[in-house]
Amino acid sequence: MTIRMDLLLCGGTACRASGSEDIREALKKELARHKLENEIRIIETGCNGFCAQGPLMIVQPENIFYQKLTVDIIPHLVEEHFLKGRPVKKLFYKEPASEETIPTMEDIPFYSKQKLIVLKNRGVIDPENINEYIARDGYVGLSKALLEMTPEEIIQEVKLAGLRGRGGAGFPTGLKWEFARRAEGDVKYALCNADEGDPGAFMDRSVLEADPHAVLEGMIIAGKAIGAHQGYIYCRAEYPLAIKRLNIAIVQARDYGLLGKDILGSGHDFDVEIYQGAGAFVCGEETALMHSIEGKRGMPRPRPPFPAQQGLWKKPTVLNNVETYANIAQIMQNGGAWYASIGTEASKGTKVFALTGAVNNIGLVEVPMGISLREIIYEIGGGIPKKRKFKAVQLGGPSGGCVPEQYLDTPVDYESIIKVGAIMGSGGMIVMNDQTCMVDMARFFMDFIQDESCGKCTPCREGTMRMLEILKKITQGRGEPGDIELLEELSDMIKDSALCGLGQTAPNPVLSTLKYFREEYEAHIIDKRCPAKRCAALLHFEVDEGKCIKCGICFRHCPAGAIRWQKKETAFIMKDKCVQCLSCITNCPSDAIF
Amino acid sequence: MAKLTIEDLKKIRESAKKGTALREGETNVKITVHMGTCGIAAGAREVMDVLLEEMAQTDRQDIRVVTAGCMGMCSSEPNVTVEMQDKDPVIYQHMDKNKMRQVFKRHVLLGQVQSDFALARG
Repeated sequence: MTIRMDLLLCGGTACRASGSEDIREALKKELARHKLENEIRIIETGCNGFCAQGPLMIVQPENIFYQKLTVDIIPHLVEEHFLKGRPVKKLFYKEPASEETIPTMEDIPFYSKQKLIVLKNRGVIDPENINEYIARDGYVGLSKALLEMTPEEIIQEVKLAGLRGRGGAGFPTGLKWEFARRAEGDVKYALCNADEGDPGAFMDRSVLEADPHAVLEGMIIAGKAIGAHQGYIYCRAEYPLAIKRLNIAIVQARDYGLLGKDILGSGHDFDVEIYQGAGAFVCGEETALMHSIEGKRGMPRPRPPFPAQQGLWKKPTVLNNVETYANIAQIMQNGGAWYASIGTEASKGTKVFALTGAVNNIGLVEVPMGISLREIIYEIGGGIPKKRKFKAVQLGGPSGGCVPEQYLDTPVDYESIIKVGAIMGSGGMIVMNDQTCMVDMARFFMDFIQDESCGKCTPCREGTMRMLEILKKITQGRGEPGDIELLEELSDMIKDSALCGLGQTAPNPVLSTLKYFREEYEAHIIDKRCPAKRCAALLHFEVDEGKCIKCGICFRHCPAGAIRWQKKETAFIMKDKCVQCLSCITNCPSDAIF
Repeated sequence: MAKLTIEDLKKIRESAKKGTALREGETNVKITVHMGTCGIAAGAREVMDVLLEEMAQTDRQDIRVVTAGCMGMCSSEPNVTVEMQDKDPVIYQHMDKNKMRQVFKRHVLLGQVQSDFALARG
């Protein structure tokens, strides 16, 4: 019998964590009960992007978007919609600002403002079925590159596209390939960096989970361009689903002869293996990553020689990020000029961001270069929840910096973002509201870097430790005059003298917060006050009687039973019971606790 | 499996596109089977089965089969609405297996409205 309806159930890590596997089983059971199993198909897709609303399901052909599914609602949903054709309104998306319900996916602002290239197959295909990828023009770019183009033409096309490395540094991909092409040697390697480690970033994971073949296709093309016959994907072991789907994709591609000897009869041989990293942040650095694949301790080495000359096993090597590879096949298929028509003068194409933090629509978004930060946060992201005030947006994780409100109209491209003191980075975008303490944020990233520093060079090993100590001291109320200047001095020194990118960029979160929020550091050090009320050591945990609206919200949120409150009475915090967890301050609607 | 040539890849693409047409292909004909409680009681389920059998025998990928609830004319169930691009929708009444086959073959595939079974122009 014919399939009349496809249920595209999101099976990304986020939706699985919120229960999509149970939903799938419940759906199967109910479809069988109504004897619909032969006419309605469940397809488990990769990450659909709108992670905050999960588990998600798109119903085709009607393109209806269901969110926050629960097992309990499935019998009702199957009977009402799938049997009787009446979509269930209470599972529709509700616009946070207008409270308007929107039934179809294309009308939801989160989706309608995006431009999908890398994520074009997200939530549309079954990532474990190569035929579905092929149906969406998969391996068309590869056919063209292998059978109709010379390696030089491939490189020329990538250069024409203006594609730049999506791992964060933004080095022109075509140029990198050209260096490796020209390097002498019979054996060369094409590597894929899937060691995504920035806190709050999940772009690469989602691409690998939703569309693994796109990455493979890009790697095979890179292999032809530089003359490599072996590729490695360095993926962290913390991404089990991505690794599982990649392995399935590799087996299927080998089965079709799309990996292996003489691909598509073109004479080009290429195969791919996955190397699982143990999750050290520094292994995202190219030379450390190669050491790790070689079985050595993951530590960077000085460059030059650059990997394009001497990389893995001292052979010429190209290392590109997951997202970079995912662009390649479409550049081959549609031409570099098409790709270059999207974006700005110096930054072409699109960029995927993992939008998280204090924003309504948390999820994965792909936007054309040149879109403003404001558009991403307010139009796609739906603004800041609970009517809080926007404070800053952090880009580029521990190597990046934050952008305050006055620069929200900055266009997203490599140069403009650097000008305002942050970096494009690999795509982590953390939105912060007025309840974020910038000193504490800098401390968090420094803590992360200090923990992840490999210890090889002194500036990074010792310098980040000293910086962390100073930041901790400030947040604990023991800051002294001169601390800010010392932080700046250390920052300059580490930037200039650290061996690899991890150390050289480590002071960025401190420098950018000092640039825009210096008064917050001064408030901590001089006034012994934390303006965002995050640093417990600088708070009194007392209630301002003038501001208290006697609502009792703090009383209900206190986990320690430390708040005394009765209707129409000002709350009172009993300090002997208080555990300083900040939940009263976070939830107080009138900002009355200090 | 044997190694693919470029022609094999094209063949796989063509056949796989049929499988994913629901998600992206264009829609020129929409056939709605009214499957409210009244419709199901009057035999809409059988009508749907036959319709899907017929669908399986055609190569057309621009036809969508959807369900909908009761139209309010419970006495005329099972109802089926056929909507073709740029034409008025036609609602058929008292459908059964044979009528459904005829409507699919004549109206949906050839464009000849089967006025004998029609309830109204919708």
